[in-house]
Amino acid sequence: MAMLEVKDLHVAFPRGKHDEVEALRGVNLTLEKGERLGVVGESGAGKSMLAFAILNLIAEPGRVSHGTVKFNGENLLDLPERKIRDIRGNRISMIFQDPMVTLNPVLSIGTQMMETLRAHRKISDKEARALCIAKLKEVAIPSAESRLDAYPHELSGGLRQRVVIAIALLTDPEIIIADEPTTALDVTIQAEIMALILKLCRENDVALILITHDLGVVAEVTEKLMIMYAGKCVETGPTRQIIDSPRHPYASGLLKALPQHAGRGTRLYQIPGSMPPITNLPKGCTYHPRCDFATGRCHGGEPDLVNGVACYNPLSDKAEAKT
Amino acid sequence: MITWRGFLRRFLADPVAIGAGIVLLVLVLMAVLAPLIAPQNPYDLLQLDIMDSEMPPSWRPGGDDRFLLGTDAQGRGVLSTIMYGTGISLIIGIGAVIVQGILGVTLGLIAGYKGGWIDSFLMRLADIQMSLSTLMIAIIVLALFQAAFDANVYADYAIFMLILIIGIAEWPKFARTVRSSVLGEKNKEYVDAARVIGLPPRKVMWGHILPNTLTPVLVISTIQVAEAIMTEAALSFLGLGMPVDRPSLGSLIRSGFEFVFSGQYWITFYPALVLIALILALNLLGDWLRDVLNPKLRRGED
Amino acid sequence: MSTPIEEKGPIVETKGVEVRFPLPTHFLSREKPVLHALNTVSVSIMPGESFCVVGESGCGKTTLGRAILGLNSPTAGEIFFRGQRIDQMDEAERKPVRRDMQMVFQNPYASLNPRRNVFDTLAEPVRHLMPEMSSAEVRTRVEEVLSATGCDPSWQRRLPHEFSGGQRQRIAIARALVTNPAFVVADEPISALDVSIQAQILNLLTELQKDRGLTYLFITHDLSVVEHFGTRVAVMYLGQVMELAPAETIFDTPKHPYTQLLLDAIPKLEGGSFDKPRQPGELPDPVNLPKGCPFAARCNMVQDRCRQERPQLRGLPNGTEVACHFAE
Repeated sequence: MAMLEVKDLHVAFPRGKHDEVEALRGVNLTLEKGERLGVVGESGAGKSMLAFAILNLIAEPGRVSHGTVKFNGENLLDLPERKIRDIRGNRISMIFQDPMVTLNPVLSIGTQMMETLRAHRKISDKEARALCIAKLKEVAIPSAESRLDAYPHELSGGLRQRVVIAIALLTDPEIIIADEPTTALDVTIQAEIMALILKLCRENDVALILITHDLGVVAEVTEKLMIMYAGKCVETGPTRQIIDSPRHPYASGLLKALPQHAGRGTRLYQIPGSMPPITNLPKGCTYHPRCDFATGRCHGGEPDLVNGVACYNPLSDKAEAKT
Repeated sequence: MITWRGFLRRFLADPVAIGAGIVLLVLVLMAVLAPLIAPQNPYDLLQLDIMDSEMPPSWRPGGDDRFLLGTDAQGRGVLSTIMYGTGISLIIGIGAVIVQGILGVTLGLIAGYKGGWIDSFLMRLADIQMSLSTLMIAIIVLALFQAAFDANVYADYAIFMLILIIGIAEWPKFARTVRSSVLGEKNKEYVDAARVIGLPPRKVMWGHILPNTLTPVLVISTIQVAEAIMTEAALSFLGLGMPVDRPSLGSLIRSGFEFVFSGQYWITFYPALVLIALILALNLLGDWLRDVLNPKLRRGED
Repeated sequence: MSTPIEEKGPIVETKGVEVRFPLPTHFLSREKPVLHALNTVSVSIMPGESFCVVGESGCGKTTLGRAILGLNSPTAGEIFFRGQRIDQMDEAERKPVRRDMQMVFQNPYASLNPRRNVFDTLAEPVRHLMPEMSSAEVRTRVEEVLSATGCDPSWQRRLPHEFSGGQRQRIAIARALVTNPAFVVADEPISALDVSIQAQILNLLTELQKDRGLTYLFITHDLSVVEHFGTRVAVMYLGQVMELAPAETIFDTPKHPYTQLLLDAIPKLEGGSFDKPRQPGELPDPVNLPKGCPFAARCNMVQDRCRQERPQLRGLPNGTEVACHFAE
């Protein structure tokens, strides 16, 4: 049994009085101990929704309308709020895009770290303080002792995100869910933070769900990859394999559209159009209006995820070589 | 952004908003159409008969079918005076808000866009204005005005005086709201885009920034109308507002107040009821508008 | 399309441009701290090129673009457009120049006035800068530029909120081109867009450049875009140009340690960039700039001289200009 097993997860939001729209439309994923999974998609593809649904944090008026999220065999969606709080922030931690959202601006770093610790552990002040300093050192924050009394606004963006990571690691979680952890940061800081997350996950055997729109980051950090489009997973598999030979036309299109793939001054490959809003999905395969390979069948019904790809006409390695 | 259709749909989905809207509509129609539908014209002395004074509502013993809600001490039908009085209250409320709006929006826009010492100066001015209570200023000015001119002149100009005084006393509310919206808008890129083509500040301010700050202005306008009507009612109750022969809702309440203890409650009661309904409807609509127009509180589509 | 005027010299040139922002203080305080956004920046942009400015947030790249367009006034230095000094012109003198210089902004959700329809947004620059045009001419001009940027003419009566991010950015590009400018500042025009839309917009910018002979000042933090798009690159750090070179040269042989750090930090599809841990790098405070090289605190080849003496841009044999005492 896998450590985390998400089965057929649906998230729905009400539209009008009787109608609902689905933001997630049946997502499956498994995560083993220490495994690093990348979830890639454009804004509105449902990737953040997936993270929130896993922790049963979908805000009103949305709801998980179907599916299970099994963590070590226990369905998180059935647990009472008190029990799930024991898991959230303890055994499954989250890192968000903007550290200022996670950190309370009026409390010192130390207070916030100790608060997290005390919520989940019975621990003396002295031990807690020592542990906090140890974690700050682990995330390479210079002069960790004095930083405990600092307030979030006194730190730079990179250091703040390091503090958030230190808080996420405080309780030795089994899974870290990182939602665009470096999008708000500069490239050099992104490299520092991602290198740090990668190192910490490897050293502590922590599993990672990395949600991002950046294929480069995913290729650097994760072993497994899931590409989402309009609330569904369209391709999943080992990261290397998908990056080297994507089989879903959307995955292939995303990769080909990257400027590093085109010669200088040449025309980039471009996927026409844009992702449909969840309120107005096309019939059949949701990607077919933008797809170069769509056939009559694609207009009819939506393809299921078979062998890691949800496409009636997946690109074989040969077809990919030709285009 | 919200479309007119979305706006209407939200309105129709909210029973409180519909209720408040209907009450307001009825009162406004009643006031506007008063000359046509009122049973009598309370300003026309020829129609008044002192013999009709202090009659109870028509369903009570001693009531008269001509006066549904009874009559006051001068023999005016309470229903008719309410209809005309609501109109006067509304005119003062709306007029005062127009004065507040013009002053406040202009000064707020200038303070927010120009910044620097102009901003500091205007905002300190606003602070000073706000620290003086509206009622206090009104009482002083109106008392002086009443003392300086004879009753006829006062009666002719009372309505303008009330509009001006309440309007000037309350401009900082608009100015502050507009200023803070302007501060949020002026750093947006569409303002830079307008500056790149060299548009003069005047056009950037009025053409680009102002239309994007009007949402909160609309919200506070509704609530300020209610506030202005209240202020006027309070002044009239103190005898400093509208004269008895051109009564607003406030002066009607005052004119009947001395009879409350002798049993003629209706002279005060019905105008008070209408005043409460009017203020409540305006405030509920204002709250509803704020919720609908604030994108942070809005969920779902449009 | 207009044919580009034959020009010998640079279309835009800055000489020692400096921009300082006074920081808000209490009006009684004695200290008047200033933020050094740009420090003596001298670049010359040749007609028809895509001059890229890269750097991290706070490096002054946006301020440079804004200073050239007159959105921020330089506290020192000179800015020239086609040999004419523009930074001290008054509005009346500057008006004919404004036609030729336009800007595309980063965030298409903020750069279009939410209460103006597409036609009004596009017509405004023409009406203001080319008052000689009749309203029929304005209409044809707007339609022409909309179709050139891949916008449907039926969009004209619609409001910005009805469009997706990519469509809005096309409209914003159309607005920048409606006066038929020669020089366009594009400030991170794709970074707010979704991955599949970025390629569309980059292709559009390339096409428009070919068709209209545009010169771009392309501001970005994304070096992979620069590699694809740029002809010359200026790498900026704390308001200074650290390295200035043709795009090929800078990617093949980066000279400045900061350029090397930036290139190293790009996540690569092949992987391997994030395997070694990195020490936290901090930008020095732009209010109290260090005396020496601004990059000294993060540099791995730093020496005593770097902390004492600020390096100036100097030419290297391969044509790169670099502000480093030791690069060669």
